[in-house]
Amino acid sequence: MDYTPHTPQDVQAMLERVGAKSLLELFKDVPQPILDPQLKLDPPLSEAEFMRHLRELAAKNQSAAASFLGGGIRPHYVPAVVPALAARAEFLTAYTPYQPEASQGLLQAIFEYQTMISELTGLPVSNASMYDGSSALAEGVLLALRESGKMRVAISQGVHPEYRRVVRTYAEAVGAEVLTLPLVEGRTALELPEGVGAVVGQNPNFLGTVENLAPLAEAAHAAGALFVAVVDPISLAVLKAPGSYGADVAVGEGQPLGNAMAYGGPHFGFMAVRSELVRQLPGRLVSETTDVEGKRGYILTLQAREQYIRRAKAKSNITTNAQLTALMGAVYLAALGPQGLREVAVRSVANAHVLAERLSAIPGVRLLTPAPFFNEFVLELPKPAEEVRRALLAYGIHAATPVPAEYGPKGNLTQAHELARPEGNLTHLALFACTEQHTEADLEGLEAALREVLR
Amino acid sequence: MITDTDVTVDSPLIFEHSRPGRRGVLPPRAPEVDLAALLGAENLRSEPPKLPEVDELTLVRHYTNLSRRQIGIDVAFYPLGSCTMKYNPKVHEAAVQLFADLHPYQDPSTAQGALQVMYELQRDLGEITGMDAVTLQPAAGAHGELTGIMIIRAYHASRGEGEQRRVVLVPDSAHGSNPATASMAGYQVKEIPSGPDGEVNLEALRAELGPHVAAIMLTNPNTLGLFEERILEIARLTHQAGALLYYDGANLNAIMGMARPGDMGFDVVHLNLHKTFTVPHGGGGPGSGPVGVKARLAPFLPVPVVVKQGETYALDYDRPQSIGQVRSFFGNFGALLRAYAYIKMLGAEGIKKSAALAVLNANYLKELLKAEGFRVPYDRICMHEFVAQPPEGIKTLDVAKGLLEMGYHPPTVYFPLIVKEALMVEPTETESKETLEQFARAMGEVIRKDKEWLEHAPYSTPVRRLDEVQANRKPKLRWGG
Repeated sequence: MDYTPHTPQDVQAMLERVGAKSLLELFKDVPQPILDPQLKLDPPLSEAEFMRHLRELAAKNQSAAASFLGGGIRPHYVPAVVPALAARAEFLTAYTPYQPEASQGLLQAIFEYQTMISELTGLPVSNASMYDGSSALAEGVLLALRESGKMRVAISQGVHPEYRRVVRTYAEAVGAEVLTLPLVEGRTALELPEGVGAVVGQNPNFLGTVENLAPLAEAAHAAGALFVAVVDPISLAVLKAPGSYGADVAVGEGQPLGNAMAYGGPHFGFMAVRSELVRQLPGRLVSETTDVEGKRGYILTLQAREQYIRRAKAKSNITTNAQLTALMGAVYLAALGPQGLREVAVRSVANAHVLAERLSAIPGVRLLTPAPFFNEFVLELPKPAEEVRRALLAYGIHAATPVPAEYGPKGNLTQAHELARPEGNLTHLALFACTEQHTEADLEGLEAALREVLR
Repeated sequence: MITDTDVTVDSPLIFEHSRPGRRGVLPPRAPEVDLAALLGAENLRSEPPKLPEVDELTLVRHYTNLSRRQIGIDVAFYPLGSCTMKYNPKVHEAAVQLFADLHPYQDPSTAQGALQVMYELQRDLGEITGMDAVTLQPAAGAHGELTGIMIIRAYHASRGEGEQRRVVLVPDSAHGSNPATASMAGYQVKEIPSGPDGEVNLEALRAELGPHVAAIMLTNPNTLGLFEERILEIARLTHQAGALLYYDGANLNAIMGMARPGDMGFDVVHLNLHKTFTVPHGGGGPGSGPVGVKARLAPFLPVPVVVKQGETYALDYDRPQSIGQVRSFFGNFGALLRAYAYIKMLGAEGIKKSAALAVLNANYLKELLKAEGFRVPYDRICMHEFVAQPPEGIKTLDVAKGLLEMGYHPPTVYFPLIVKEALMVEPTETESKETLEQFARAMGEVIRKDKEWLEHAPYSTPVRRLDEVQANRKPKLRWGG
C-alpha cells in the first residue's frame, strides 16, 4: 500500500520529459556501491491487514483512562468537541503559517491561545507553544541565564524529577551548573547558592503541595536571578497566577487541557513571560496587525529571534513546536470556560482530599505530602511502590506511581545528575492523582483494593 | 450582526463571542468545598482567568470557520520546499485512537503493545537509515538535532577531546536550525562555502577540518535538492580528522530506501517523522525527531531506550553514559504510531517507490517550470526538490502572493540563502501528473501578470498583505489586557 497516484503511463511520459530512461537513473549522483540497498522490513500490509495487526497490539495494552496515575500527565476527561475540531483537515495538514494570507485560521487560533495562556499565568506574553512541559522549562532556564548573564541554575527539589533531568541535559550542553534546592517539610528551602541566574520552583510541587513561591521569587530577584515557575494549568483556575507572585517566566505541561494521555505524547508545553523579556522568548509568536485595506489580521512576529532568520544567533533552535495540540488546549479552555475549569479543579481537589484521607487510614500507610495539597499526593507504603502498582492491576486499577526515594524521610537529596529513574529502586513512595472523572465508587474501590494488597 | 461565515469579512475572536454566564461543556458536578480551608486562602487567586464563555455550538462554528481561513494539504497543493508536504493517510488518525488512553507511568506489563510499536519502529528506522541504534524521544526535527549534537559532544568528552573540539561546521546552504542547534549545544559555528556546483567545496572543507572540529552537519540531498556526489570522500576526510558526520534528515524523502545515510558514512542522523513518514504537520507540530546513531555512539543515547527481554518489552534506564533526557517520558508516541503505520503499510518496496516518484515529480515539475520561463540556477537531475528563480525583474515574494490568489500554497521562499530570489519547490510523490501541470500553468500565469496586479496580490484571501513592520514595532500579542 502506498499513496502515489502514478500510472505506468504517467511514469513513462514523465521520464521522457526529464530525459531519463528509468527511475533508477534519476539516482545517478548516488555512488553505485551504496545505491538501492536491500532493506529488511516486514512485507507491506493493506489498510485492513494493518488495522487488524494494530488491534491485536492494542489488545496487549490496558486502558489507564480511569487511573490514579499522575506526575505531569493525568486522565482528565477530553470533551468530544476538542478532537472533533482539531481534526479539521485544514488545521491538521497545514504547516508553519509563513504565508499569513493563507493561514489566518491558525494564526488567529494561536493569538487566542496566547491570550488564554496569558490569562492563566498572569503574564502578558505567551509564545505559540513548546514541545512539552519539561523542554519548556529547559528553554525557560536558558532564557533566564541569557537575560541574567549568569551560568548557574538553582532548581527546587519540588520540580518534577524528569523535568530536572531535562534541565540538566540542556544546561550542561552550554556549560551551566545545576544545583538543587532541597524540599524541607515539603517546601523549597530559601537559601540560594552564590551566582545564580535562574531559580526554579513548581506549584503544586511534585509531592502535590501548594507552595507559596513568593518568597522564593523574592530571593531570586534579590540575588539578581530570574524566577521561573512550573505550573499546572488546571490548578490556575483557582490558584494564584505565577505572574502575581513574581514569576518572570511561567512554563508548564498542557496535556491536562484536552489532550489524550497517549502514552506520554504528543502534548504541548506552554511558556509565558514578562513584557520586557519578549525579545528573549524562544519559538513562534503571533501579533495582531492590519492588512492593506485596514482589515484586522494576524502574523508571525519578532522573527529575528528565530533560527531561520538568525541562524547561529537565534534564541533557540525550536522550529516545529506543538501547534495542533496547543490548539486542542485552547479549544478545551474555551469549551470549559472559567466556571467549567474551576469545577474541574475543585472536583479534582475534593476527590484527592477524600482519597488521601481514606488511604492514609490504612494501617502502615502514611501521607507524606504536607498540606495544603492540590489533586496529587504521595504516600509512604509498607511495600515497594512498584510491587503495589502491579498488585493493584489484579483489581483493574492503575495507581501508585513510584516516586524516587530522595523524597522520602530517609532519602538523601540527590543532585540532578544523580537522579534515579522514577520507577524501580524499590522506593516505598507512591504518587496518587485524582481528576474530576473519579467517582465516590472509584475512591472506595481503590481503598478496598489497597487494603487487600497491603494486608 | 456578528458573522464569520464569509471568509473575507472580519473574523471575531472567541473572546468577542463571549457572554457572561454562558456555558459550554459541563464537567461532572463539583461538590461544595471550602477551598480556602483546603488550599490556603493566601494561595487562591482573587479573580478567575478571563477565559471565553461560549456555548458549544458557538465554539464549533468559531473553529470551523477559522479552519475555512486556512490552507492545508487536504485543501490545495502545498509544495513547501524542505517540508515534505505529502498526503497524510487517514488510517493513521484511526490508528492513534486505539492507543489514546495509555499513561506513561502505568506498569510496563500493561503497555506491551505500545512498547512493541516503539521497539519495532526503532529497528525499522535504524534499517532505513543504516544506523545501529535509535532513540524516539526527541519531539521535533530541531529537537533531534540538539539531541544528536549532544550525543556527539558526550562522545568526544568520553575520549578526552571535549575541550579541544569546540567547532561545528555547516555549509552555507544549511537549514537555519543547524547553526542554531550547534550554538545551543555550546559549539562555535563555522560556515563552509558551497562550490560553484552547489555542493560542499572540498577544498574549503579540508581547510577547516582539524583537531578542533567536533562535527559537520550536512543535509543530503542538500537544500538545493542536489545529492552530494562526493559524500564518501567527505565522510573519509571528516573521520580522518577525528570529527563526526551529522545527517539532517529533513530531506530524507528523496532517498528513503534508495540510499542510507549510514552507508554514506554518517555517524548520527535525525529524522523528521512529520516530513518523511507522513505524520501530519499540524500547523507547526507536534512532530517527532528520532535520532539514529552508529554503535560506538549508542551508549550516549537519551534514556529510556525500549529493549526486548525474551518476549517482553521493557524501558531501559540503566545507561550510565547517556546524555540524560531531552524531554519527559518516551517521545511523541502518537507521532511514532503514525510513522509505524506508514512503514508497515509501505514495506521496503513502497518506501523505495515513494522516494523514486518524489524525485520524478520534482524533475518533471522543474522541466515544466523552465518551459514557463522560470530560471533554475543549478540545473541538473535534482532529487526531491529544486530551487528556481522567477524571470529577471520579478520578485519571489510577488510570485508567492500571486500563487495564493490562484489557490495554491507557495513554495518556500528566499531559501536557501545562497540563491537570490529563491523559490524552493518540493512537490512530493503523492501529487499527480495533472496537479503538477496545473500548478506549472498557474506559476506561468502569475509571472505573465502585469506588475500592478502582482505587487498587490492576493485579492480574495481572508486578508490581503499584512503590515509586518507594525507587528514588529508594536507587537500586539494578546486580546484585551
